[in-house]
Amino acid sequence: MAGNLVNALADLKEEEAIKIVKDRLNANEDPLKILGDARKGMEIVGKRFADSEYFIPDLVYSGEILKVVSELVKPKMTKEADSKKLGKIVFGTVAGDIHDIGKDIVVFMLDVNGFEVIDLGVDVPVQKFVDKIKETGAPVVGLSGFLTLAFDSMKETIETVKSAGLRDKVKIMIGGGQISEEIKKYTGADAYGKDAMAAVTLAQGWIGGK
Amino acid sequence: MEKKWEELSPDERQEVLFERWLSPKDHEGNDLKFNSPEAEKAYKERVTRFKDAIQLKKLPDRVPVLPIVGFFYTFLAGFTPEEVMYDYEKAVSAARKYVLELEPDVHMGAIGPGPGKFFDILDYKLYAWPGHGVSPDHSYQCLEKEYMKADEYDALIQDPSNFYSNIYLPRIFGALQAFTAPSLTNVLEIFGLAFNFVPYGLPPVQAAYKALMEAGDEALKWAMAMGAFNEEMAAAGFPASAVGVAKAPFDTLGDTLRGTRGIMVDIYRQPDKVLKALEVLTPLMINTGAGAAKGAGLPIVFIPLHKGADGFLSDEQFKKFYWPTLRKLMMGLIDEGCVPFCFVEGSYNTRLKVIRDVPKGKTLWSFDTTDMAKAKEMLGDVACIGGNMPIDLLAVGTPEQVKDHAKKLIDTCGKGGGYIMVNGVALDEAKPENVKAMIDATKEYGVY
Repeated sequence: MAGNLVNALADLKEEEAIKIVKDRLNANEDPLKILGDARKGMEIVGKRFADSEYFIPDLVYSGEILKVVSELVKPKMTKEADSKKLGKIVFGTVAGDIHDIGKDIVVFMLDVNGFEVIDLGVDVPVQKFVDKIKETGAPVVGLSGFLTLAFDSMKETIETVKSAGLRDKVKIMIGGGQISEEIKKYTGADAYGKDAMAAVTLAQGWIGGK
Repeated sequence: MEKKWEELSPDERQEVLFERWLSPKDHEGNDLKFNSPEAEKAYKERVTRFKDAIQLKKLPDRVPVLPIVGFFYTFLAGFTPEEVMYDYEKAVSAARKYVLELEPDVHMGAIGPGPGKFFDILDYKLYAWPGHGVSPDHSYQCLEKEYMKADEYDALIQDPSNFYSNIYLPRIFGALQAFTAPSLTNVLEIFGLAFNFVPYGLPPVQAAYKALMEAGDEALKWAMAMGAFNEEMAAAGFPASAVGVAKAPFDTLGDTLRGTRGIMVDIYRQPDKVLKALEVLTPLMINTGAGAAKGAGLPIVFIPLHKGADGFLSDEQFKKFYWPTLRKLMMGLIDEGCVPFCFVEGSYNTRLKVIRDVPKGKTLWSFDTTDMAKAKEMLGDVACIGGNMPIDLLAVGTPEQVKDHAKKLIDTCGKGGGYIMVNGVALDEAKPENVKAMIDATKEYGVY
């Protein structure tokens, strides 16, 4: 049985996944174990995305299935899941830009690869990044942006991190729409990632977890 | 006797539309008076350059250059996006400065920013614009939501006009929340007829119609200013590029009806309904694009492509959900004599083999990050291509870097014609000297 949920999620079989979860809950199985299997399924989805077997619809749909599964399981949970994460990453779409799809994909991939992502959302004010870095002590920051206005916004964010005395405490990656090596130089970031997998590789290089 | 439009073949229709583009009329319908014989000559050369590049019949005199601009000229003229959205004269003067100083082969008028007051009157919800959800210094941005719910496919499929007017419009325009269009199919005989018109007596519905009329006044004011500008530029020798816009049915459904997440889940949960809805939207998109193009006498119909890019859909998903109705849209436009201009954002490396399936010399494709050598190889014999001048380079690079890239593009794609210099995605923040370098380099290196 246990293997079934992992595979049902990995293969995006929504009805099958829901049925397995309901059966296992009815059999009074530990909800945390069920969620653990769902999570393993999501890790396989992430891997397939990284290998270009899966594309954005598949990723989005897996997230929807997980949402349904979590809603079934959560009411039966007595304690929080024990989440041992590799390391923290503060992430957000920079000030002025309200695009979230690219950011959400990267956050998803970082999450299924074991990182604890603090997602600040979109149009994130410069100071909020600084405050969150201080508060969490995250060693990695990810700045996302789709529009060209993000070039200056990223630059300003990184400069503010610097003037807050935090620049040597964090590695900063940027990515999204029209971000390139040129823009990396322009903004003063440590690296730019072409896609969600590049972000995972960068985080693994900086934090570990490969 | 001249043949009627209905009797013309698609080829003949395209010739008619190019002829109308070559011989513009003024706002009274008379032949446009050019400022000088030189301006007239320059105008005709510019249009002919595009025609030759697109049709793949004759080698153009040189590579045409078509910058796709968003708020670029606003920044060039020292205005904020908010200023040009609320002051049409400022929008016009900024666009004028851009066209006359940088001299692109064709321009996009001053319509990009749009009329701010019109959006205010209708309380437009689909976009955040300068001063309304985004900073006065930044471009407008789409607010993606599920404006159409997952269980509303049947309503859209059964009666798209009714769905748009009575369900969609009230959601995207705050001032039209009580809007309801006449149910014309209820109008029968005399007995009970008047009941159908009761809604128009109700104050909230009347308020919605009042807002529509006010919005109409504002739209007209703006359109007059925009039309006058295009006429002024044409008289000075600078043709406008395109006013017609259409969208791939998958993008229409995925961008502004169901939203990205919505449509992506739908292709799993209710694929048949998605396919049916795409079919229903296709003729509507053809009418939108062809109607605007024929009205303005400009053959090019702009089609920004979004969700079919590499990585967005698998090959299989692209072939099943995206391409069939995009191709139908393009063929419908071609039948009407139009030139579909697909502005392909992101990369299309894995799609080139599929999109090759278009009639020769009828389409224009501009790419963003697609491998241009591959695009030329795969499409060069059937379609005019353009694009790939990177926006990051235009924003933070140097004029020398831009010139080098332009030269490289012309060397890679220019051979034998069928290439147009276009920037990869729309220009907002970019250095004026870099945009100038892109235009000048094309004129310098692009001569055949």
